[in-house]
Amino acid sequence: MQSLIPVRLILENGSVFPGESFGAERPVSGEVVFSTAMVGYPESLTDPSYKGQILSLTYPIIGNYGVPAKSETNGVSDFFESVSIHASGLIVQDYTDDYSHWNGFQSLGEWLKKENIPAICGVDTRRLTKVLREEGSMLGRIDFGVNHNFEEEPEYTKTNCTINNHEYYNPELDNLVAQVSCKEVIEYGQGDKNVILVDCGTKLNILRELIKLGVKVTRVPWDFDFNTLDFDGVVISNGPGNPDHCGITINNIKTSMNGDKPIFGICMGNQLLAKAAGAGVYKMKYGHRSHNQPVRMVGGNKCFITSQNHGYAVDETLLKGDWEPWFVNMNDGTNEGIRHKTKPFYSVQFHPEAKGGPTDTRFFFEDFIKLI
Amino acid sequence: MSSQIIENIKKVLVLGSGALKIGEAGEFDYSGSQALKALSEEGVETILINPNIATVQTSEGVADKIYFLPVTPYFVKKVINRERPDGILLAFGGQTALNCGVQLFKAGVFEKYNVEVLGTPVQAIMETEDRDLFVKKLNQIDVKTIKSFAVSSTNEALEAADKLGYPVIVRAAYALGGLGSGFCNNAKELRELSVKALNYSDQLLIEKSLKGWKEIEYEVVRDRYDNCITVCNMENFDPLGIHTGESIVVAPSQTLTNSEYHKLRELAIKIVRHIGVIGECNVQYALDPESEDYRVIEVNARLSRSSALASKATGYPLAFVAAKLALGYGLFDLKNSVTKTTSAFFEPALDYLVVKIPRWDLGKFSGVSKEIGSSMKSVGEIMSIGRTFEEATQKGLRMVGLGMHGFVENKELVIPDIDKALREPTDQRIFVISKAFRQGYTVDEIHELTKIDRWFLSKLRNIVDTAEKLEDIDINRFYLQSSGNNDGDSDFGDHIEIIELLEHAKKQGFSDFQIARAVYKNYANDFHTQQIRSYRKAHGILPVVKQIDTLAAEFPAQTNYLYLTYNGQTNDVKYLGDHRSVIVLGSGAYRIGSSVEFDWCSVNALNTVRQEGYRSVMINYNPETVSTDYDMCDRLYFDELSYERVMDIIDLENPYGVIVSVGGQIPNNLAVRLDNSGVNILGTSAKSIDNAEDRHKFSSMLDRLEIDQPRWKELTTLDDIHKFVDEVGFPLLVRPSYVLSGAAMNVCSNKPELERFLTLATEVSSKYPVVVSEFIEDSKEIEMDAVAQNGELVAYAISEHVEFAGVHSGDATILFPAQKIYVQTVRRIKHITRQIAKALNISGPFNIQFLAKDNDIKVIECNLRASRSFPFVSKVLKINLIELATKVMLDIKVDKPEKSAFDLDYVGIKAPQFSFTRLQKADPVLGVDMASTGEVGALGSHFDDALLTSMLAVGYRIPEKNIMISSGGTKSKVALLEACRLLKEKGYNLFATGGTKKFLEENGVESTFVAWPDDEDAELRVDEMITEKRFDLIINIPKNLTERELTNGYRIRRGAIDYNIPLITNARLAGAFIKAFCKITQDDIKIKHWEEYN
Repeated sequence: MQSLIPVRLILENGSVFPGESFGAERPVSGEVVFSTAMVGYPESLTDPSYKGQILSLTYPIIGNYGVPAKSETNGVSDFFESVSIHASGLIVQDYTDDYSHWNGFQSLGEWLKKENIPAICGVDTRRLTKVLREEGSMLGRIDFGVNHNFEEEPEYTKTNCTINNHEYYNPELDNLVAQVSCKEVIEYGQGDKNVILVDCGTKLNILRELIKLGVKVTRVPWDFDFNTLDFDGVVISNGPGNPDHCGITINNIKTSMNGDKPIFGICMGNQLLAKAAGAGVYKMKYGHRSHNQPVRMVGGNKCFITSQNHGYAVDETLLKGDWEPWFVNMNDGTNEGIRHKTKPFYSVQFHPEAKGGPTDTRFFFEDFIKLI
Repeated sequence: MSSQIIENIKKVLVLGSGALKIGEAGEFDYSGSQALKALSEEGVETILINPNIATVQTSEGVADKIYFLPVTPYFVKKVINRERPDGILLAFGGQTALNCGVQLFKAGVFEKYNVEVLGTPVQAIMETEDRDLFVKKLNQIDVKTIKSFAVSSTNEALEAADKLGYPVIVRAAYALGGLGSGFCNNAKELRELSVKALNYSDQLLIEKSLKGWKEIEYEVVRDRYDNCITVCNMENFDPLGIHTGESIVVAPSQTLTNSEYHKLRELAIKIVRHIGVIGECNVQYALDPESEDYRVIEVNARLSRSSALASKATGYPLAFVAAKLALGYGLFDLKNSVTKTTSAFFEPALDYLVVKIPRWDLGKFSGVSKEIGSSMKSVGEIMSIGRTFEEATQKGLRMVGLGMHGFVENKELVIPDIDKALREPTDQRIFVISKAFRQGYTVDEIHELTKIDRWFLSKLRNIVDTAEKLEDIDINRFYLQSSGNNDGDSDFGDHIEIIELLEHAKKQGFSDFQIARAVYKNYANDFHTQQIRSYRKAHGILPVVKQIDTLAAEFPAQTNYLYLTYNGQTNDVKYLGDHRSVIVLGSGAYRIGSSVEFDWCSVNALNTVRQEGYRSVMINYNPETVSTDYDMCDRLYFDELSYERVMDIIDLENPYGVIVSVGGQIPNNLAVRLDNSGVNILGTSAKSIDNAEDRHKFSSMLDRLEIDQPRWKELTTLDDIHKFVDEVGFPLLVRPSYVLSGAAMNVCSNKPELERFLTLATEVSSKYPVVVSEFIEDSKEIEMDAVAQNGELVAYAISEHVEFAGVHSGDATILFPAQKIYVQTVRRIKHITRQIAKALNISGPFNIQFLAKDNDIKVIECNLRASRSFPFVSKVLKINLIELATKVMLDIKVDKPEKSAFDLDYVGIKAPQFSFTRLQKADPVLGVDMASTGEVGALGSHFDDALLTSMLAVGYRIPEKNIMISSGGTKSKVALLEACRLLKEKGYNLFATGGTKKFLEENGVESTFVAWPDDEDAELRVDEMITEKRFDLIINIPKNLTERELTNGYRIRRGAIDYNIPLITNARLAGAFIKAFCKITQDDIKIKHWEEYN
């Protein structure tokens, strides 16, 4: 452990977090965010919603059960949420290289190296979390120092802004959804009903949950006009970055809303549906990234623990007419879902598909399939 | 929108758990206190039944009315009849309260008196407690349980095992802490165990053993709106086969993937919903280490040891929330009590790891098996917090307080067969692993033998690796470099690799001493440790303070629940440096001789510190305590009570002063070193503490003051001992400093006994001297608990032991105020106390133990700290001696209380609780070393009712018909004669062994002869009759240490314990108990609450 290479995380406000490298030796820049989930690093790292972000985990001991081998069922990966790691970097306190698990195939470090993703251990991640909590999520870079001799010339990530004379990459400025969405229409599963999955960067477990329920799933690119297809319902997936980049998707949703076919949005899907319904979204100070977010159904006593990963929230004050808030976050009162008062259009800000995180709201998929 | 609390609940009865015992300890003081707080906040009138007088929950202001009565259906019914509560809480007093509640429910008492059971319905409780119903219930929702058969006889058990195949595990229904449980590899073992277990329970469960599977627990909370959360999960370091109370446990789980974690979480919620729990519940699983296959082991529909641990591990106050839910609240109505802004409906995210390690005291018992398994033997536990497993584990191993410095650099253990010791775990298991690594065992080899997950073992291996690197430091090389400088810098110089290695070691939880020992080997001393400390401090290797905030820093915390770690850069709290804080050092792990009483003292000291305008700061690491509730003080450091760590905290806090006299011996022992480091010890000076602690200094002081003491000498050879014997004669009290096996102290009555003890059980040498003192027979033991200010006695309480001297004061039955001592004796004791207080210039609490024979008074011990009996005498006297003492220590002038013990129109009795049933094979005999695990206190209008109440509260029953007596030596025979006569008059049948029978006959008391166990041809043999449960009470007074006497006596005593027959081994106590139940009946015991005694 002592032979690890020193490396630092430097935030745009100048804070420096020294640590040691256990991933790929490659400098990167991105938005630094923290997740308080205690398990599920393979799921998180492959979640396309982390595109462009450097992920810091508040649970200090990471890597314990290694990383499973790649395997597929019905064309869908068994253990990962997409085919590759999407986070730009990983920050932890104490990295475990000697993993132990029956399903472990390689160590986390080996996997990160193979996927060319840098990672730092030995960081006071609690200090980092508090900085982000107090000052809001910010840009940062993983820096190996000018004197570092890279084994091979690293592939530098692109930068698109300059702060205090340093180059940073701000993922907000890019249309990340376009980068992570599928490029063509793909069909999965079999069944009488056809569900459109608008892929804004979908986690594969949304797909698995739908397939499991015996429907045909047509996964379409984010900008594909699914209204041209014959379908029974639409699921709008999660996805990374600023929803403002998805004007095309919003228009397609608006068109679909002229009909009566059920629409179900998840995470980014919630924001896009809200925008289609006329509400706005805003960027949160540091977002919700965790497995323990409490939500309550508006006007009732039903509460759920949910898995979340988002930096934007729906501004429900702008929701009007036929739309109403559906779920609210019990910690900070932010919107966690909206629904149409009469038509089967609704969405949630959290992740009923879990992976990682609690499975309390998985029944949403069953409920949705019952509707179509 | 808020939900409505259940209407018409104005008055609630809470059942406590009674005396601390193995399997049911301080955690229920914590849960009960929380519940009472939650109820009081709602304006509900609270009634508490708990005879455990040393608890925080039985303090003034916690409950509205407190009954110091046994938690048994008889007494609870009486209290219900008198108080007519609207509701009752059964889930906060452990298995004792739950079992009592189920019995009352079955008897229709709640229905009759219209008492609503709040929280989880009794039906649901019964479904979790009855194994058969439980399995059926879970089958309904396709949740897998361990394949098993419920049986009610030994034959059925054997049949079941044949169907399942060996090995099997036996579990008793309705039993706390796995009592009567165990593994059986064959029919012979099963037969033996099931016969025993059927004494505790009518129903046994024979299960297929899943030894080697992972053991995982979830703590689940559910409200009446069906909202459900899992507050915490925990993973056992030791795989299935070792009771969770005996296992090292980590939270959160470490080796579970997201899929496993959430699969088990989802199941836990499904189970809890199906059962219909309202409040808190614990679900235990076995998880296959090779797949996601699982079995549910058990469900506890009540607060438990695990829930107390989970509360402390996460900062989520489970008991408090459970009580609110029982009143009808929804989780959404309640706030997170750490952030105060976010919801209580959430699941804590930890950004640290906790390790719980059990504390065993098996060395205190003779004959006990050291193996650990499916039944609990540990008497306490610690919780350590860190940001690496290595750090938390090493901290924890020091906290346990058995002289270990961490995982490595300990005194060399002698393990003849490491393979066997790994395969068959004992209380030493973790250190056997350390030794195995040192002997070259690999992680895989140890895994094969122990089935402990490789993850844990690899982490432990890391510690060994670091130790080896430290040991490789060439000290000579560095010594030359720094020999020229005198600035206290160490021998290492500024070598970057050394600095990095030290930092790495600190991140893995090495103490300064461990590093010193690794570097300087066995030469390491305090000076070296100090050198390491200054060196690392000079190089900025310092711990940081982190906060436990339930949300991993996502939201700011309003409480100061803190720990220290080397795995971090910055402190979470700001230090004001205004010298307005007072640090109170807590008691550490509960152990025999130090438990909840010091928690009460600590809590009261904290309260007083706060009241007087200081910030109260607590350092303690015992998850079973109330003092480690972050609400109890301004800052809680859940951390080590070592010199190193306390100094780390003092460096940061810069306090006004430190209180070392309310947490028992651990803080007391730190006094001198802290004082030497310039720390302001509040109250009595460290020098005085040392003068009282050091046997030689104290003894010469007594001589100077012309205060009598038993003659004693510290001796290093057998010859010297024999010379001393010639001087003072027998019996003698022998205290070796090194103990090979068995008790640490012993009374020897003759030469053979003395030689036997000295040669077999101890080592005598100049390195290990033996203290031999004169032992005065038939002498009364009197306790003085007092507070002095600047050497002046302020308040005092004099109590007397029922037993004669020779029974450890912690095992004695204590009467307060003393009733049966001469006025002259009292006067003399007060005089001596004043002299000592003056001589030691005491400012604070202290305790002196006296021997009194006729009017001859001798001092046997003096502690300049609160003693075990402080809560008892404070509560009986209704003067809070700790509050008074704390004020004294804060230099506030206090007035002498006007009331004195002579004004009391009632008496209090403190009776010990033993846990011999748990300690297989241990000899349940009392001696000079303490063996009890807890105590109760009862009040009465006179000695008899107080004694009877207290004895009933620790599990004795008034015998129905048959009493077996084996009354020991002549003195005890005489002492018991009157009692035997009384029994006869009352129509009891007496059964007596040879000598006793003869003696009784000579004195005109008729009895039936029963033969000793080794008299194999005899018709009526004691042991057989015990097996047949023919006796209702057994009195066995040990006579001498001859082989035959020992064996026979042991078989009788052990038999009584194994067959759950009340046993008394002390003649004075037996006599008193017999007189009490012959004079009055259970019905004569008045149902009065504390306040009514005045």
